[in-house]
Amino acid sequence: MSATESYTETFVELIRRASTELPADVLEALQEGRAGEEGGGLACIALDTVLTNVDMAREDSAPICQDTGTPVAWIHYPVGVSTRRLKEDFGAAVREATSRRYLRPNAVNTLTGANTGTGAGRGIPFLHFEEWDEPRIEVRMILKGGGSENVGAQYKLPDGRLGAGRDLEGVRRAVLDAVFQAQGKGCAPGVLGICIGGDRVSAFEETKRQLLRPLKDTNPAPELAELEERLLAEGNELGIGPMGFGGKTTLLAVKIGVLDRLPACYFVTVSYMCWADRKAAVSIDEGGEVQWLS
Amino acid sequence: MAELKLPASEKTIRDLSVGDFVELSGRMITGRDEAHKWLIEEQRDEVVPYLKDSVIYHCGPVVGENEDGSYDFVAAGPTTSIREEPYQADVICRYGLRGVIGKGGMGAKTLDGLARCGAVYLHAVGGAAQVLARAIPRVEKVFMLEEFGVPEALWVIQVERFPVMVTMDSHGGSLHDEVEERSQAKLKELLGQGA
Repeated sequence: MSATESYTETFVELIRRASTELPADVLEALQEGRAGEEGGGLACIALDTVLTNVDMAREDSAPICQDTGTPVAWIHYPVGVSTRRLKEDFGAAVREATSRRYLRPNAVNTLTGANTGTGAGRGIPFLHFEEWDEPRIEVRMILKGGGSENVGAQYKLPDGRLGAGRDLEGVRRAVLDAVFQAQGKGCAPGVLGICIGGDRVSAFEETKRQLLRPLKDTNPAPELAELEERLLAEGNELGIGPMGFGGKTTLLAVKIGVLDRLPACYFVTVSYMCWADRKAAVSIDEGGEVQWLS
Repeated sequence: MAELKLPASEKTIRDLSVGDFVELSGRMITGRDEAHKWLIEEQRDEVVPYLKDSVIYHCGPVVGENEDGSYDFVAAGPTTSIREEPYQADVICRYGLRGVIGKGGMGAKTLDGLARCGAVYLHAVGGAAQVLARAIPRVEKVFMLEEFGVPEALWVIQVERFPVMVTMDSHGGSLHDEVEERSQAKLKELLGQGA
């Protein structure tokens, strides 16, 4: 990594991959969902369309979904790397990816309604930086669409309506309510990123970080692994199905993280990721060598 | 699967029921949040020919501009429809729409508008931006591009065998209401709250 090297082109490729190539674990989960649906009903048609669409996007290097979402990235970097420069390069990559139509111009001035036209804006992209001991830079990103973002939810326990107290049973009840409330509007089947605890800022960030996990991994905390499995099964029992058409495949995965909390607060925070669960990752070593990660 | 030509007559539309899978061919127009507000705040006569007996598609596309100044849809799936609930029934009835394409379904006010004015809600598969863009061979015209930006502009498009499911019909039927009721019953069971 020389002082003059720009990471922009690598980040453009990272964004292209995220927008146009659905990760293997997500594709596999969608195929399993399709195999589990019966007859030729709307749920089957929806999942067949989804699978065809995923192939087309990859072949044409075109966005899987026209809502290319908010680019959210977690960047680990070694001592001495300028985060200001990484931020500049990532912003430049978003603008370039937008001009190449890997991204839609997706940043709107909230007060005037005017689209910035570049894909970048205040707070967009959203980047998290963390220094680490390794000599390489690692960037993990997601593209988080607006439809699914709108069905995210934050509960504070206890919640009398749901009979949800400050324990894992209370968490379960809040999450099931969130899945019910979302119906098909977040483009089911979805992936849930959940945070127990934290505050209203840190919790939502943690829910997004949970979305980076491989869909089939196992939570290292046994009680959370069990809850993830139970919520996946019960979420699917609700029968909302692909696109909310009714069916067995409502969720593809549930991922739970935990943050410590204030004595007064007990938040259960849920981010809903649509079936177009777009994520990509890259590692850049000291010599500038690029390795694409899954 | 039936092919449905646009513009469509009221009778053709009233013959459709929840659960039907149809493919649309002909001319339609996109419009989402800004467009619905704009269409309701004033009478927009210039757009009437593109709305009357046709359908409005809740879509904010990714658009490519060609050297000759024409446009292509690069990615064009539906956006969540429920945000237009305050406006939709009035837009349907005032402009003579025969249908709305979107995702996620709409509410009671729209369902009532569909019955009253003879229109249907057509659900496209959310996120299927490539499948749907391929069914849009031509962009004819665009309204309010400068003012609203690419996603929010009203794009007049030609579609060929554009696949959609009828999830709300003109007889009060709504698949979304059915699925919500069933899932609510199941939720109560899972939470031990009784029916």
